[in-house]
This record gives sequence, structure tokens and C-alpha cells, in this order.
Amino acid sequence: MTPLLPGRAEGRVLKLPRLSLWGGVDPATGRLTDPTLPHVGESVGGRVLMIAEPVGSSSSSAILLELLHAGNAPAAIVLGRADAIVGLGILVAREMGWPTIPLAIIPPRDQARITDGAVLAVR
Amino acid sequence: MLQLSLAERATTEGADGPARAMALRIVADTARMLGAARLVPIASAHIDGCLYHGDSGTLFAERLVADGGAIAVPTTLNVGALDLLHAGRVRLEPARAAMARRQMDAYRALGCRPTWTCAPYQAGHRPALGQHVAWGESNAVVFCNSVLGARTERYGDFLDICAALSGRAPETGLHLDDNRRATLAVDCSALDDRLVNEEAFWPVLGAWLGSAANGRVAAFAGLRDGIDEDRLKAMGAAAASSGAVGLFHIAGVTPEDPRLAPDHDSIRLTGEMLHDARDRLSTTKVRAGEAIDAVAVGSPHFSLEEFCRLFALLRGRKLAIPFYVCTGRHTLDALQAAGLSQGLADSGLTVIADTCIVVTPILAPGTGLLLTNSGKFAHYVRPNTGCDVLYGSLSDCAETAVAGRLVRDEALWR
Repeated sequence: MTPLLPGRAEGRVLKLPRLSLWGGVDPATGRLTDPTLPHVGESVGGRVLMIAEPVGSSSSSAILLELLHAGNAPAAIVLGRADAIVGLGILVAREMGWPTIPLAIIPPRDQARITDGAVLAVR
Repeated sequence: MLQLSLAERATTEGADGPARAMALRIVADTARMLGAARLVPIASAHIDGCLYHGDSGTLFAERLVADGGAIAVPTTLNVGALDLLHAGRVRLEPARAAMARRQMDAYRALGCRPTWTCAPYQAGHRPALGQHVAWGESNAVVFCNSVLGARTERYGDFLDICAALSGRAPETGLHLDDNRRATLAVDCSALDDRLVNEEAFWPVLGAWLGSAANGRVAAFAGLRDGIDEDRLKAMGAAAASSGAVGLFHIAGVTPEDPRLAPDHDSIRLTGEMLHDARDRLSTTKVRAGEAIDAVAVGSPHFSLEEFCRLFALLRGRKLAIPFYVCTGRHTLDALQAAGLSQGLADSGLTVIADTCIVVTPILAPGTGLLLTNSGKFAHYVRPNTGCDVLYGSLSDCAETAVAGRLVRDEALWR
């Protein structure tokens, strides 16, 4: 695990093969909305959100900021590779003095060895 | 390890005021996160962060205004959550509409041009080949990199305005020569010419690229020159929404020499691969003749040329179902200059300006099944509006809107 943005958190892993936070998560509730993905209807709140391939919209940082500001954010986010967009929501929350969460990289190959729903500590 | 210049370091510590300090700190922290060695001066910016997703975005923009923020480079604005030209089109509840308006006002107060379009490259914002810029909005990014040959990474909301305020972006990703080389060679010579000549081919090609690219930069060969800009726009939007595509090359068409990386992969594209990509652009199966609730086009925003093609397809016929056309005010101005405003008013089309149907509530209540020619709408309609969506050509959209029932030319895809 390679930390991208600092912090400590623990939670149950919610694994997704890919996700665009915009279009994939309801910013008002934190629920997953993409019908083509597993876990649709579940909330990302308090989970360790593990995304093998972050995709799509540049608005994803805004969705994450909204989740952080409203208290619906995951406990931590783990990505398969560094992504300029996801981390930004966390950076802006920090500058605004709002709660933040850790962001880390685990390559997809290593993600495959982590079970969906297992408890994972991120630091 | 990121190296800041003395001037940049002074800016982060407040020498140019608190707004520019916060903006450059966010740019620098992003650069560190991405492992950039330096920041790169930029020539322009396009801001996606003016769309309301919740109060946090409004509060951030208003903080920048309150702290004395002003853009350092020419900057255009992507869509907001309101249609400022057509009152009543957007059904956002009043409290949210008021926050959305405050957010749009804050970005204007920072000095950005109120273009309110996801196609800024058709609203006069066209950086030169090789120029470094910082653009948000995934379709605009892929067009800027691929069709214009300017250089931007896929920037998220907030980094775009921070780059505009500070005049800097992380020197990483698609700003660097090595990352612009093609790592996936796509041979299109086996495709049927009639298919390639169809407008409906291009979003499907984009959707295929989005699902196949996996972080690679594609170089297409075997596509003839003379592909119009609206087709490249549609292809890029579909590619960027179905995968993290920020750049593609087409030999003989896009301006950058598509140098192949030594260890590139190769694919020979077939009709079957595209059929699968086309099928994934619909969320349900509907037979010809079944009822359709609405048609929506204009993602990215419709151009003057696209309006002219649509008018020619409709030939003044009456529409049986709502037909939403999302566009920018630059195109409405162009329609007026071309003497087409009355024709547009008489057409029965529902024009949406400054925003679009997947980013804010617009579709009439009860709309359950929508036809579109946009690969990007096809991707986002279901998750963002709850409607099912079918993909078809612009001609299919026109005929279906007149009939009120699905009319789709399947011959091409057999």
C-alpha cells in the first residue's frame, strides 16, 4: 500500500472494478447509483472504497468534496493507480478546514487478494 | 520531489493574497500526489467546477472570491446547473437553485468568461498546438489534447480554478512528451467504409475506445481524412465517459504525429467489436415501433452545423414527443446571426442552454425511455436521471420524434 494523502482509517472494504464518483455515487446520500456495477444501492459512507480503475468525469472531485462536507464520505479510498481527480476533493476539504480521509494506492493485482467486505486499515 | 520556484513558494505563503496562496497550494499538493517534479505555466483554463453538486462547491468558490481571487489566464466556464436563458426549464428546488446561482455568480466574480458550455473549443477557446493549458470536463480535455494538440491533464473540479488563479499546473501526465506517445495501435482498415462514413459510428468508436484503452493512448490508422469536428467531438466524449481517455491520435487527422511507443500493443478493429460497444450504449432492448418518451441530443453541446443537420432531417415536421437539444449560448448567437432563430422557435425543439439534461433535473416527470445520438448521454442518462436510454443516429432521433415511436435504421450494424 502506497499512501497518496495522509491519514488513518479502518473500515470494511467495498470493492468495485471501476467507478466514476460523478454518475456513480449520489452526492446527497453517498449511495452507489451505477446499475452496471456491484453494490448498487449501498452507501459508501464509512467504508474503505477500493476502486481498481478510477474512470470518467472530472466532477468526481466535487462529489467527494460534497460527501466529505456532508459527512457521507468513505472512511478511506484505495485506488489501483494514482488519479489526479479523486485526491483533489480531499485536498480542497483540507484547505477549507473540513474533515478529510486517507487516500492510498494498491495495484489491481494486489487488490485481487483482498476480500470484499474484509476489514482493512489504511494509513 | 516537487521543486517550486522562489516566486511560487512566496505565492503559496501569501505574497499574492490568500486566494492565490490557497490555489497554488492545492496545485502543488496535487503535483506532489502525482509525483511531478515541477509546475508548468499555463496559457488558459476551462472550468468544470461551476456545476452545483451540493453546497460545498458553492462555499469553496465563494471563499476564493471573499479572499480576493482573480484569474491569472483567460478562462472559460463549463455548464452550470441552471439554464439562465430559459426560465423554468430546470426543475431544481428553490433552495438548491439559489445555491447553484450563487456558485455560477462566484465563478464570474473571479473573472471567468460566462460561456457555460462543455464545448468551449467551439465557443472560440482554442489553444495552439503544443500549448500547455489546464482544462476540466472530460470531453473538453480529450478534444483539447487530441484535436487541438494542446496539452492538458484530465483535471478535476477545483484544480481547474486553482490553475486559473495561479497560472500553474502540475507538470505531469499529458503535459509530457513521453505520455503522449501511442501505446495502443488500432488498425481500422477492416471496417466497412459505409459504417465509417456514418455519424453514428463515431460515438460507438469512442465507447469502444473507452472500454478497451485501459489507460493506454490509442493511435488509429486506416481512417480517412476529412472527419468533421463534430464527429471527433462525439467520439472523444464517448471515450472519456466510458473510460479515463484523455488523448487519442488519428493518423492523418489529428495534428500531433502519433509516435508509437516501442512496447505498444496492437488491435485490428472489427465490426463485431463495435456491435458490442453499440449495444452497451443502450440500457434496455426495445423493438421498432414501440413508444419512446423523449429524444435528447447535444452532449457535448450542439453546434451550429449540428442544428442545420437536424433541421434538414426534420424538414419542418411536427414533433410527437419532447425533443431536448442542449447547446451553448455561443451557438444560439450563431443561429441568430445566420437568421435561423425563427426556424428554431417554429421547430418545436426544446432548447436547453448553459446546462444539460444529465447534470440537473430537466426531463418531464414520467419520462422513462429516452433516445439519444450521444455516447455521453447514453452513459450518464440512466445513473443521473433514472431513465432507460437507447442509442441511435441523429436521423433515428428525428424520425422517432416525429413518429413518437422507435424508428431505428438497423441495416448499418448487421
